[in-house]
Amino acid sequence: MPEPFLLRALLFGLGLAVVAAPLGCFVVWRRMAYYGEAIAQAALIGVALGLALSLDLTAAVLIVTLAVSGLLLVLGRQEVVPFDSLLGLIAHAALAGGVIAASLVSGRQPDLMGFLFGDILAITDADLYWIFLGGAAALAALVAIWRPLLSLSVHEDLAAAEGTATERVKLVFVIVLALVVAIAIKIVGALLTIAFLIMPAAAARPLVRTPEAMAVLAGAFGMLAVAAGLLMSVTLDTPAGPSIVLVLAALFAISILPSVLRRRR
Amino acid sequence: MQGREGLDWPLRPTGSSLQRERLGHDHPGHDHSHHDHSVHTRPPAVHDPAALISARGLALARAGRPILTDIDIDISPREIVTVIGPNGAGKTMLVRALLGLEPLDRGDVRRLERLVIGYAPQRFDIDRAIPLTVARFISLGRRGTRLEIERVLMDVGAGALFDRQLSELSGGELQRVVLARALVRSPNLLVLDEPVRGVDYAGEAELYTLIGRLRTERGFGVLLVSHDLHVVMAQSDRVICLNRHVCCSGVPQSVAQHPEYARLFGPQAARAFGVYLHQHDHRHDLAGEPRPPGAPDRRGNETGS
Repeated sequence: MPEPFLLRALLFGLGLAVVAAPLGCFVVWRRMAYYGEAIAQAALIGVALGLALSLDLTAAVLIVTLAVSGLLLVLGRQEVVPFDSLLGLIAHAALAGGVIAASLVSGRQPDLMGFLFGDILAITDADLYWIFLGGAAALAALVAIWRPLLSLSVHEDLAAAEGTATERVKLVFVIVLALVVAIAIKIVGALLTIAFLIMPAAAARPLVRTPEAMAVLAGAFGMLAVAAGLLMSVTLDTPAGPSIVLVLAALFAISILPSVLRRRR
Repeated sequence: MQGREGLDWPLRPTGSSLQRERLGHDHPGHDHSHHDHSVHTRPPAVHDPAALISARGLALARAGRPILTDIDIDISPREIVTVIGPNGAGKTMLVRALLGLEPLDRGDVRRLERLVIGYAPQRFDIDRAIPLTVARFISLGRRGTRLEIERVLMDVGAGALFDRQLSELSGGELQRVVLARALVRSPNLLVLDEPVRGVDYAGEAELYTLIGRLRTERGFGVLLVSHDLHVVMAQSDRVICLNRHVCCSGVPQSVAQHPEYARLFGPQAARAFGVYLHQHDHRHDLAGEPRPPGAPDRRGNETGS
C-alpha cells in the first residue's frame, strides 16, 4: 500500500494530465508557450501573497495569474515593444518579485525550491478538490469552446469572417489557462508548469492526424509521465516535478525522432 | 505569371504623385463632376436595402495615412462584383473592412440579416502545428456531410484531397481547399481575395468560370478581388476600379474604356483592352509568357496581330 501522500500526488498528477493535455495542445497550436511561462512564473507572487495573508495558496495564485493575464491583455495593445519581449519582461519581473516576496514571508518558512519545482509532499486534500472540481470546470469550458477555438487557431481572420466571436473565445481560453496553471503549480512548480502543458502535446504531434487524437494521446503521455515520474522519484529519491518533466522529455525525443531523421535525408 | 503582371501593372514612377493628387480631390461631398461619365454614377448616400452588403462613406487610415477614403459599395444578390486596382490600392483592406475585420475610421457597413459569408483570404499560411485533414478543415466552416464536402472538392478540382493533411498541400491545392470551405458554408455572399494566387495560368480562367457557374446554380453574390481585369471580366457583372477611392465603376467593358482606368493602369493596359474588345487579339501574352497548351481560349479567335 503506497503512502497516502504518494497516492494524493498520483491522483492529483493524473487529474492534471487529463486537463493539461487539451489545454497544452492549444498552447502549442496558438504559440503561447512563452505566454504560459510568464503566467506561471508570476504565480510565485501569488504563493507569497497566499502565505502572507493565510489564504488558500491555489486561490491566491489564481488571483495573480488572472491579474497578469489581464495586464498582458492591456500591455499587448501597445505596438512599440514586441509581445515576446513583453512576456520575457513580465516573466522575469514576476519571478524576481515572487522570489523576494516569498523570502520576505519568513514566518512560515517557505520552501522556495518547492514552489519553483513542485513538491508532492505539499499536496493536500484541498488540492485534490481543486484539481477535480476546477479541472472539471476547465475541461468543460474547453470542450464548449473547442470548435471555435480550433477554427480561430487555424486562421483567425477566416474564423472571424465566418462569424466566430473570436475575442470572447480567446478570453475564455486565457481564463482557463490561468486556472490550470494556478492548480498545476503545486506539483510541478512555477518553473516547470508550462513544460507539463506543452511537452505531452508536442510529443503527441508527430503521431496524429486529427486535433482530438493529439489531445487524447497527449493525455495518455501526461498520465504515463506522472506515474513513471513519481515511481522514479520514490525509487531514486529524485524530486518529483523534475522527474515527471524528464520522462516527458524522453517521450518527446522518441516521438520526434522519425520526423528528424526523415528531414535529414 | 510575372510577365503578365508586368504588362497589366506597369511600374509607373508617377504613381505616388498621381495618388496624392487624387486624394486631394477626393474629400467627402466632392461631386466628381469633373469626370462625369456614364459609368461613374455616384450611388446615393443611403444604404441599398436589397444589397447583401452595403457600405457608405467608408474610410480608414493606418498610422496617420489614409488607406481608403469615402467608399460607397453595394453587392446585390446574384451579382459578381470585381474590385481591381494596383498594388497598395487598398483592395484587401476594403474587403477586410466589409467583413468587419478592420475597424473603420468613418462610414458604416450594413449587412443583410442572415448573411452567410464564405471567405477565401488572400494569404493562407498553413500552420503545421495543428494536425488537420482537408475534410476537417472544411467542416470547421460548417459541418457539412461527407457527400457535400466531396462534391464541393470535386467542383473546385480537388476531389483527391479529402483525407490529405492540410500541411501536405501545395499552394494551389490549398487555395482550392479554402475555396471549398467557403462554398460548403452555402454562402449567400462569396468573398474571394485574389483567389488565383498559386493557381497556374490555365487554372485561373477555369476557376473564374467555375465561380460564374456556381453563382448561376446557387445564386450567391460574389465579391472578387483581382489584379487582372482580363481574366475576370467575362464573369463580372460590375467592376470597381479602386485606388484608395473608387476611381470608376460599371460593367467591365465600360470600365476598360474609362479614362480613369487608363490613368490608373497606364495607356498600355487600356489599349490592350480596346484591342481585346474589338476581337483583334493582340496576343497580350506577348509580355513573354506563351499561352500554355490546353488553356481555355479567353479572347476569341486567334488571328495574329
